[in-house]
Order: sequence, then structure tokens, then C-alpha cells
Amino acid sequence: MGEDPETFTQQDIDRSIAYLFPSGLFDKRARPLMKHPDEIFPKQQAVQWGADGRPFHFLFYTGKQSYYSLMHDTVAKVLAAEKQQVLLLSEGPVPQDTKPISLVGSRWLLKEELEELLVETISDHDYARFIQLMERLLSLPNCLSEKDFVQRYRKQLEIQSSKQQVAPLQYDENGVAYSTADGRRKTATCTVLLRDCGSGSISINGRDYLHYFPVLQDREQLMFPFHFLDMLGRFDGQCTVGGGGRSSQAGALRLAISRAMLSFLSEGQVESMRQAGLLTPDPRVKERKKPGQEGARRKFTWKKR
Amino acid sequence: MWRACQSERHLGQYYTLPTSHLHTIFPHGLPARYQQQVKTFNEGCVMVRQPALELISYLKAADYSKPAVRYLLYGLKGSGKTMSLCHTIHYCSTQGWLVLHIPDAHLWVKNCKELLPSSYHTSRFDQPIEASNWLRNFRTTNERFLSKIKLRQRYTWTKRESTEKGSPLGELVDMGVSRVKSSSDVVGAVLKELRLQAAETEESEGFRLAVAIDGVNSLWGRTTIKKEDKSPVAPEELTLIHNLRKMIDNNWCGGAVIATLSQTGSLYSPSSAYLPKELLGEEGFDSMDPFIPVPVSNYSEKEFESCYLYYLDRHWLQHPHSENEGKKEIIFLSNRNPSVLERLCAFL
Repeated sequence: MGEDPETFTQQDIDRSIAYLFPSGLFDKRARPLMKHPDEIFPKQQAVQWGADGRPFHFLFYTGKQSYYSLMHDTVAKVLAAEKQQVLLLSEGPVPQDTKPISLVGSRWLLKEELEELLVETISDHDYARFIQLMERLLSLPNCLSEKDFVQRYRKQLEIQSSKQQVAPLQYDENGVAYSTADGRRKTATCTVLLRDCGSGSISINGRDYLHYFPVLQDREQLMFPFHFLDMLGRFDGQCTVGGGGRSSQAGALRLAISRAMLSFLSEGQVESMRQAGLLTPDPRVKERKKPGQEGARRKFTWKKR
Repeated sequence: MWRACQSERHLGQYYTLPTSHLHTIFPHGLPARYQQQVKTFNEGCVMVRQPALELISYLKAADYSKPAVRYLLYGLKGSGKTMSLCHTIHYCSTQGWLVLHIPDAHLWVKNCKELLPSSYHTSRFDQPIEASNWLRNFRTTNERFLSKIKLRQRYTWTKRESTEKGSPLGELVDMGVSRVKSSSDVVGAVLKELRLQAAETEESEGFRLAVAIDGVNSLWGRTTIKKEDKSPVAPEELTLIHNLRKMIDNNWCGGAVIATLSQTGSLYSPSSAYLPKELLGEEGFDSMDPFIPVPVSNYSEKEFESCYLYYLDRHWLQHPHSENEGKKEIIFLSNRNPSVLERLCAFL
């Protein structure tokens, strides 16, 4: 097919399978795929006992051997750290130069993730006890040596703001800065062209925004990005919008305006906009109607007889 | 009291209408929300704006021996056409003119509860309730003229009732108010008399006639009134509308016709229409042609500031942010449209 077999990555495999076996199914998980068996089949526990029927692990008869062995190891580390602390104190008060393990930018593994790691089911109570024990370990001053052990059970969080792509500012003939952006909400799509002019006029589909949105609520939605950044009279907007209803058009415009304004802003302002929720597209769409029910959730009237 | 000496220097400033004038000149003329505001603030203040000043300057400069000039106020919804009209009417009445004010011509073409076949002309229809209401208000507005003007013709209403030639207009109006059945014909008679007599000059007991019509586009549109066999009534078949159209024709001298277009009350017209051609239609435009169009737009920055300061002065805006931060928000949300601004400030 003209592809290089040496540098064929998993992404290329996915692409080729999607091309060779086109499928119209809606659920992505139902489509044909070709991946490493470890990713497809869930991990199963290997056989825990030998030919003579005797289990390998000494904690097999507890039922949750990996969980209890993990707890066992953690407790051993806690005791070791306490013993070391007692020793150091008996030698004399030493200035504390051991720093605690940094926990910023990571979180504890969730119960489901821990279950996946240990390949066996745990109860909520067990999970809570595990987290308690780890916190106790971290509270001791000499825990720096156990850093790797602890990091195995914490997950790193990505910094959300680094994912935001900001388009560069464009300039038209007169030197006026402008930027365009798109927005979508629940079948309404729109495009916005923001110009850094000085008048606060916004035209939607050729008409004034006061006439396009007679309802106050929609105009307040339009006002939100400007008001948040205190730039109410600064920009001039030209928008086109189609599809959806009144409220979804207003929501789509709001998203498009916030995205268009990004190129005029500094990093800190972009981060504050993201935290305010102005840059998040609203994922809510109309839920499908199911057979045997009158609507998406509403059931037919139940008659006793 | 700055009655006749308003000029461009006073653009954007408010002047107070005396309460007596409010009751006599405007028993039925002001917009509903403005009347509520007058009641709340206990005074009626009108802002001096460009369209009204322009109209007043035209009226001052016009020649009244020529046929009546027609002025048309048009603009976006809520931009202040009716208020400018009322401002001009106030000026006219303080100058001693006779004001014929029809507050909303749309009310005459829809929601008619009683429709009588006209006695005068068989194919036309009468609207007794609207006609008698209007005559009552006309009487309040123009008290002093009622005794001065004498009728030129004898009018017979029924076999026994008639109004003699030379009797004062007041008698005719009273008759119209009391005899509700023939009130539409009385209206027609009143209009005809005023039309004929306005042509005289001021020395020989003449007067100047100002015809002010709000919602003039209803005269040539469609009506929602139906005859008994459910067929729609055309506007020409209504006596009141027929007589009004005769007034608008510029075949009489000694006065002016000031009209406002209104989309809000009009029937079967899209809400984005505000230009004269769209709202008047072909027929209306031809009848009104030639006219002087006066555009009315949203508040300018200076006018907006003045309105905002007026509300602050009256303590209408109670929110603590109203002084500084809220102003920009309000400008954005209302886009300086007077009616939207007023509605917005109502709950602040």
C-alpha cells in the first residue's frame, strides 16, 4: 500500500482498519479494531496454586491476596520510618532538612484504577483504609525514601490551560486588529468576527442584536464574555448564526465570542476565562427517544390492570 | 416653562409638562408606560430630542396659505416616535392651534365589539364605541374652540334630530357623545367642518389645525374585523377610516398633518419592518406622497447620559452599582433604545 513497515505506529493501524473496514455503527466501541491483546482482553489472575494444590502466596486464603499483601508492605514501611524517627530523636534534636514528598499535580488512584492494578475487587471500606494508611505514611517526616513507592499509587494530572490553542491576531487593511472564531451548542452553529474598533455594536445575520434577540436573557449571554473581561464598549462584532433555537444560538455565540477574544488576551486572563467556564463547549444534546417509552425518560402511563 | 423657546441648545435636556396640560391636552395620547412613569414620578418630563425640534422648526417655517404639509415620523420600534409626536402636539396647543389627535389608529381597525351598518352610506360600517370615546377626548382637549367655531351646514341625524347651521361645534360634539349610534357620522361631520374652516386666515376667527395620527399605516392595511358572514372588512368600508383618509389628503389649507408609523399595533406586517414604504404599502405611500419624512433613532450618547442622570436623580435606579459599573452593562443590553432602557431600569 506504499506504507513503511518499519515506522508503522498504532495510529497508522487504526487509520488503515477504519479505511479497509468502513462501519456505519454509532458506538465507537462496536467498530472493528486491531490492538494489542493486552488492551482488548481484561487482565485475569493467573492460577494461584501449584500442581499439588498448595497456593503460592501466603495470604491466598484471605480472599484478596494482592490487597492484603499491599497493606502488609505499607505497614512495614510505616513501622520502619517510625523506628528511624525514634533513632534520630535519641541522637539529639537534628534540624529537619528532610522535605516531604510533593503532592502537587497528582491525585490518589481511584478505587476502579486500584482494582485494575491489583486485578481483584476491593470494597469501599478497604479502599478508604488503604488511603488512610498512605496518608499516615506521608505524615511521617522520614518518608522521602519511599517516594517511588508512593508515586506508583498516585496519578499525575495534566495542566488544563496548556491545552488551549490561541490563534494569532490578524490585521486588515486599515491596521485594525480582528479575529474570527466558531462556536456550537446543541445544533446551533455560528461564526464571529471581532474587530478592535471602539464601538460596541454587534450585528447578527445583518440585523442589530437588539432586534435579533428581543429577550433580555439572550443579550445577557452575549454580554457575559465582554463584561467578565471589562471590555464592554471595545469590540465591534459581525456574526452569522444558524440552526437551533433562541437559547442555543445565544450559547453558541457566547462560546464563539470568548474564543475570538482569546487572541487579544494575556495568559492569566485566558486561564481565568477557562475557569469561569466561558471556553467549555456545552456537551448537552437532546437525548434519544427509546422504544417502549414515550420520550427519552418519560414512560407510558402505568395502569394497574 | 420653556414652551416656544426650545432650540438646539436644549437638546438632551428635560422639560416638565404642567399637570393641567397633561390632563387637558393628553387625555388619551401618551404611551401607556409613559403614563405609568408620570404617575410614579408625580410629574411628566419630556426630553428635548432632535426629531421633535426639527418638526417644530418646520411648523414654524411653513406657509399656511398653501395646502397642508404632511410629516411622517418613522423609526425602529421603541425609538421615541410617539413621544416626539406628543412633544409636537404640546407645542401646537401652547401656540393656540386646534389639535386633532388620534392616539392609535390601529385601535379602530381591530377588536371592534360593535359594528353597525352606517345610516349615511349603506355599504359602510360604523364603530359607535370608538367614535364616542374619541369625541369625548376631543372635547376635553379643545374646550375653548368648541364655542367659537360655528357650523356651516345643517346636519340631519334622524327624522326629529338635526343640528342647525350656525350652532357651535360643542353642541355637535355633545350630541355625538350622547347619541352613540350616530357618533361615527358626527366624527365625519366634525372633521369636514374643521377642514373647511381651517382655511381661513387668523384675523377672521380662523385657527390652525394640527392633525396628529399615531399608527397611520393602519389606514391602508388590512383589518381583523369581520362582517356577519365572516368576510373581512376592508378599511375603506369603515366610516372613521374613510373620513380620516379625507383629512390626510392635502386639499385643505391652514394646518399640518403629523403622522407616526407604528409596527407594534399593525396587523399582518413583519416585525422587522420600519421604513415607510414597507409599512404603508403601495396605496398608502401613494396617498401620503409627497410627505416630509422625519427619522427617529435611538438615543445618542448625550441623550442617553441625560436620561440616565434623570433616572438617578429621581432615585429610580436603586442598585449600588448604578453609578459607574452598571452603566456600560445597561448601554450594551439596551443598545440605547429608549423603550428597552425604560423596561430594563424598571426592575433595577
